[in-house]
Amino acid sequence: MISLSHYLILAAILFAIGMVGIFLNRKNLIVLLMAIELMLLAVNLNFVAFSHYLNDLSGQLFVFFILVVAAAESGIGLAILVVLFRNLSSIDVEELDSLKG
Amino acid sequence: MEFKTILFYLFSAVAVVAALRVITARNPVHAALFLVLAFFNVAALWMLLQAEFLALALIMVYVGAVMVLFLFVVMMLDINIERLRQGFWNNLPLGGLVGLLMVGEMAVVLSGRYFGLANLPPQNLPANYSNTKELARLLYTDYAYPFEIASVILLVAIIAAVMLTLRRRKDNKAMHSSDQIAVKAKDRMRLVKMAPEVELPAAAAKEGE
Repeated sequence: MISLSHYLILAAILFAIGMVGIFLNRKNLIVLLMAIELMLLAVNLNFVAFSHYLNDLSGQLFVFFILVVAAAESGIGLAILVVLFRNLSSIDVEELDSLKG
Repeated sequence: MEFKTILFYLFSAVAVVAALRVITARNPVHAALFLVLAFFNVAALWMLLQAEFLALALIMVYVGAVMVLFLFVVMMLDINIERLRQGFWNNLPLGGLVGLLMVGEMAVVLSGRYFGLANLPPQNLPANYSNTKELARLLYTDYAYPFEIASVILLVAIIAAVMLTLRRRKDNKAMHSSDQIAVKAKDRMRLVKMAPEVELPAAAAKEGE
């Protein structure tokens, strides 16, 4: 019998993997965006699991809105990435220091 | 073991392995494809949780749109992979340690008897229950206002993405129809007053010589 804690621990594992991904790929902006998507997915999994076990549909609606915001975020993020690559010919995070005084 | 239990462990194992490959893959294209696999398996888990609408929306919106966008961008950019992976192995011990600590702590907290999470019964819905219908009923009544805000957010995202990446070409020959409609006759033709040029009669011309 699968209980709520199974799903919560799975979501915690996915979230931790996403966070470790941000640690490891600190230079690659694309993989950073993918790690953020992974963390959002883990959060959504939590919401759906709670919604199922507490018998409340509001959790699923919240996931719906998170999906909207995440789609907007990745769309704008990738657009910024493309503009950045056009100007710098690189997506290395450490080269984004033109605002440095 | 119940069949649903086997499915849960299968889907979650594939999702975790795919997520690990996302952050360790050398090639960003492979990372994007593994992220697709992870999304797919989590969508299957949502099916197990009887969230059918969201599972299908995740596949259509994420796998179908967002990940294809990622693949487009990854393939469009010419990235030097080797330079971007500098520092990967240096950060691995600390990052892995922090990640394992987080998972360990969460597992200790969540799997304990403290919250009574294990005793929550899963919902038993009748066979004719429609998840999509119930979601829609909530979405268009109680959550109608947030729904409209969500649509505005998407509109802003569209306009922002287009305006950020728009590049105006210099040799653009596109017409501005609003300018064309607003044009007036005096913008197009200029009447110039000038002294008349009179051709001298032939006799007068001869006298002048």
